[in-house]
Amino acid sequence: MITPDARPRMSPLYRMQFEPTQDSWVLLYPEGMVRLNAPAAEILQRCDGKRTVDEIVAELEVVFAQTPLHDDVVVFLSQALQRSWLQ
Amino acid sequence: MAAPIDRTTKPPLWLLVELTYRCPLHCVFCSNPVDYARHGEELDTASWKRVLAEARALGAVQLGFSGGEPLLRPDLEELVAHARGLGFYTNLITSGVGLTSARAKALRTAGLDHVQLSFQDSTRELNDFLSSTKTFELKSRVAAIIKAEGYPMVLNCVMHRFNLQHVDRIIGMAEQMGADFLELANTQYYGWAWLNRAALMPTATELREAEAVVDAHRDRLAGRMKILWVSPDYADEKPKPCMAGWGAVFMVVAPDGVAMPCHSARMLPGPALPNLRDVSVRAAWHDSEAFNRYRGDAWMGSTCSSCDERHRDFGGCRCQAFLVTGNAAATDPVCPKSPDRGRIDDMLDAAATRHANDATVQLLRFVPGARRGADMLFRSDENSLDCSAAGTAGTAPC
Repeated sequence: MITPDARPRMSPLYRMQFEPTQDSWVLLYPEGMVRLNAPAAEILQRCDGKRTVDEIVAELEVVFAQTPLHDDVVVFLSQALQRSWLQ
Repeated sequence: MAAPIDRTTKPPLWLLVELTYRCPLHCVFCSNPVDYARHGEELDTASWKRVLAEARALGAVQLGFSGGEPLLRPDLEELVAHARGLGFYTNLITSGVGLTSARAKALRTAGLDHVQLSFQDSTRELNDFLSSTKTFELKSRVAAIIKAEGYPMVLNCVMHRFNLQHVDRIIGMAEQMGADFLELANTQYYGWAWLNRAALMPTATELREAEAVVDAHRDRLAGRMKILWVSPDYADEKPKPCMAGWGAVFMVVAPDGVAMPCHSARMLPGPALPNLRDVSVRAAWHDSEAFNRYRGDAWMGSTCSSCDERHRDFGGCRCQAFLVTGNAAATDPVCPKSPDRGRIDDMLDAAATRHANDATVQLLRFVPGARRGADMLFRSDENSLDCSAAGTAGTAPC
């Protein structure tokens, strides 16, 4: 479903920001909030509609100094898409 | 009876500011206090800004601008801009009256994130009757304005005996308007809805039928519009996790600056609630007797404290316990384990009997300026003053 050259972007329904008092990134939406773990936040920050999935994976492999991450990233992106965080 | 103050209490995440109790609508199920017309003056702009800044510093991140009708405050744009600058996610909870295209644009520029628009029904007749105003056409225009400005839009419709059979058309209306979320808020019986409960209460059968319709649409609309069905807790026989626990994540500030753990807490017996004119948000949240009164589970009686559900439903609702049993610390009477469950069943039985005797809901006629209609009392300054003068605010029909 998610192709390597897709360019995911955040849905305008959601806003992502870092909350110092919670020491974590959160997704904010009408009257709700999702607290993100660190890998989820790293992925979503790169979903800007410009980077391709392959580019996102390549960057994350550098950030986490770990390969291969392709499958993990695609699984997360599919879930995020299903939850309408991404479009 | 002050509970020991727990320094490990987490900060509030949700701040709801009721900027004003003034409202152009007169809804029979309004959750505002019945005696609202006797409350003190509204906080000024500078005071609201201070409250917002203090709550944000504490960790609050979701902010609702509510009322009454918050658009009646000419400083709404200024408060939104201030809140957005502080990093809040800002929600406007409105009847739509006063939301012109120009104002929707100005609020967008100020940083408003989302608009929740209320409807009373999918028909003009019932919408206008229940709110005692001619606002249906206007709300339809406002929905288009909200979408044109690119806001996420939530439509909210309070559900009860008069409109449950329209649920299919209400969903259709929301879909046609392009709503992102539809909140079907089954009436919770507080404030004006408590006064009007006999007329508003549906039967358990009507609720089940409506929920089946919702479930069918939910599958069809997956990925396009989310539907939230607020549990009718009387019929579901399941206490709601009210406010996700008393003083756990939620603070409401009334127009006069009184800080409350929920919308209705002001009517509960006990020491006065803290006023943010006098104390900081931090002091109100952490140190006030009111916010600690039902925090955690030390206050619970044996029915709740021995129950496995207590960390999921937090003992249910204190205001409901007080209204139905007279004891705010009682187990929520909707719970089958409550010795007072019979009182709830009596109300549901009365609704069924009433329904059997009056099979077709009478055609409701809109009367401008009406104070009563269809055995209900409309939310108005006059009725508020009368009810509170009679000393029956919140506890009995007047």
